[in-house]
Amino acid sequence: MDTLRKLIVLADAAKYDASCASSGTSQRDSADGRGLGSTAGAGICHSYAPDGRCISLLKLLLTNWCIYDCLYCVNRESSNVQRARFRIDEVVQLTLDFYRRNLIEGLFLSSGIVRNPDHTMEQVIEVARQLREDHAFRGYIHLKTIPDASDDLIERAGRYADRLSINVELPSAASLDALAPQKNGAAIRRSMARIRTHLEEAGAPSRGARALPAAPARPAAAPQFAPAGQSTQMIVGADASDDRTILSASASLYTAYRLKRVYYSAFSPIPDAPSSLPSRAAPLLREHRLYQADWLMRFYGFSQDEIVTGEGAQAGMLSLEVDPKLAWALAHRERFPVDLNRAPRELMLRVPGLGVRSVERLLAARRLRRLRADDLRRLGAPLGKVLPFVEVQDHRPRDAHTEGFARGAVAAVAPAAVQASLF
Amino acid sequence: MTRIQLEGPADWPGFQRAVRHLVHHGIEPAAVRWAWGSEGEPAADLFQAGAAQPARSLADAPPLALPAGFVALAREVLLHDDEHRFERLYGMAWRLALAGPLARRALWQDPLDPDRTLLDRMAHAVRREMHKMTAFVRFRPLLLPPAPPGAPPATRHVAWFEPAHHVVEAVAPFFVRRFAQMNWAVLTPRCCVAWHGGALQVLPGERRENAPPPDAGEALWLAYYASIFNPARLKVAMMKREMPVRFWKNLPEAALIAPLVAQSAPRTGRMVEAEPPTGPRQRRRARALDAG
Repeated sequence: MDTLRKLIVLADAAKYDASCASSGTSQRDSADGRGLGSTAGAGICHSYAPDGRCISLLKLLLTNWCIYDCLYCVNRESSNVQRARFRIDEVVQLTLDFYRRNLIEGLFLSSGIVRNPDHTMEQVIEVARQLREDHAFRGYIHLKTIPDASDDLIERAGRYADRLSINVELPSAASLDALAPQKNGAAIRRSMARIRTHLEEAGAPSRGARALPAAPARPAAAPQFAPAGQSTQMIVGADASDDRTILSASASLYTAYRLKRVYYSAFSPIPDAPSSLPSRAAPLLREHRLYQADWLMRFYGFSQDEIVTGEGAQAGMLSLEVDPKLAWALAHRERFPVDLNRAPRELMLRVPGLGVRSVERLLAARRLRRLRADDLRRLGAPLGKVLPFVEVQDHRPRDAHTEGFARGAVAAVAPAAVQASLF
Repeated sequence: MTRIQLEGPADWPGFQRAVRHLVHHGIEPAAVRWAWGSEGEPAADLFQAGAAQPARSLADAPPLALPAGFVALAREVLLHDDEHRFERLYGMAWRLALAGPLARRALWQDPLDPDRTLLDRMAHAVRREMHKMTAFVRFRPLLLPPAPPGAPPATRHVAWFEPAHHVVEAVAPFFVRRFAQMNWAVLTPRCCVAWHGGALQVLPGERRENAPPPDAGEALWLAYYASIFNPARLKVAMMKREMPVRFWKNLPEAALIAPLVAQSAPRTGRMVEAEPPTGPRQRRRARALDAG
């Protein structure tokens, strides 16, 4: 099989991993006269596919042969997809060639499990080692950690990679047992805990440097370990877990393993799917709402137990009709309108349509003068969404506590909701 | 009417010198006309008296104490394609220079001042264009004839790009840091930058015909683009927001977008409805057929 054919098979097999981030790593470049590539704080998306996803990294499987039979996975052992396997140098050369053309920020390499987890992990690490040591590649490398790979291999992977990830795949242990019998939830979490330990060792200031005056002036720095941290992915809609379960799983992952990101991937139909899986895609809108809720938990001071406001048949679910912040505001109308000239920052962050940056700008301006409706216009905030919830010098919503108000607030965002349902 | 002639579309030293001079002489923003390059040559404007003054030959004037943030903002806004950028910036500099310390603080620290939000928006557009240039510049490798005959052939990577603002020189250092060991050039209609042997050259604008055509290696990228796309999740509006259509003509993969979108519904439909899942027996046959 030639490289082009393998690329088609093994990129196709890799596309169910949502992450393509290339941000948040250490700053490097090749201006020292050696090597290739650079990284800065922000990632770069070099292209976008019609699925709306950023193409930042060359995202590949080393092979899609796999001894596991996870039902949701297109590469499971019992699937009849075409199989292929890259040679290590093929991936290295593809990465360097794409990088020199400025098509990518680097490589995201994963693999089906061949022979055993350690053997597979060694192959994946060897690609990264060749890029870093033989070609002085300074671009971004994201390696997928194989569950159950030994600690020594995880440590080596972290030396070459900017980011390590290991997918928890499903929000509950029961679902994992049902759909991925060979994957062990405890082993996945054990690997995440090991990565966290290595991250903390590498990040911790070298102890004793000041306490011992006789010590050498510059203690050896801890070896670098995955400076962009670790992330994971959960598939949404392949099992019966509701949004509350998913968000509480995320909340515990963020705190227990200090994850940089939890990615949600709406289950999408795969070729040759087993009949025990849903045959229709989970709504992309549901995935979108989970990301919005995740964002509110991380940057807006929302706690995981207040964010799911669905009732009755929708208990445990986020609203598909309106975003979670608006849903929360509609369920807590007694907290509104918020007086933007006096309210504390935390409350301003709860106003639908106001983002973190908008709130900072409003706070800066109100230190100097009274805020007016025109300020919201200049801010570029969606007025139809914001105005029903706020009070400023020359505006006060009339019917903040009535049903008519709720209908008006939903109507203001209705065009977006209709557009979204077209997906 | 005072007429100031700048040396280029984003002539920072000239602009800075002119602003000091104009403020020092108390010349109001409304009384200044700005031009650069061959624009607004004195003879072309019959209705105005007085020749244009080249900014860089104006007499020295004392530096102005303007907020540091203004200087950073102004350097970005100057790269904007808006023909009124000089007036707008000088208007803000004038207000800041004439205000007392307290009023200056109030003016500069109000992020929702109308003039300020306009400048912020322009700077934002410039930063976005700089970022998009780092993303969408696409190098094509060209084999150069060996310098001493018999030496291994060298490769030069050449790209064609059409930025909406005057950002080419400002972005060049990004490519220098990233591709320091390569020999490369970015050609654009506004100006070109070339890196060779550790030196950066800035050259006049080029024509598209002088940029290299697609090469055979690009087929791998097109194959990758088509394969990494998931036909079960179509979000064309999202793609267009982040990769505006004006860039498409210089992105080889953009030609694949229409066919990929058209095929996505039938492909997904086949996955969901038609294919019966494979059982263990078929699996063995599939494996036997594969060559790896």
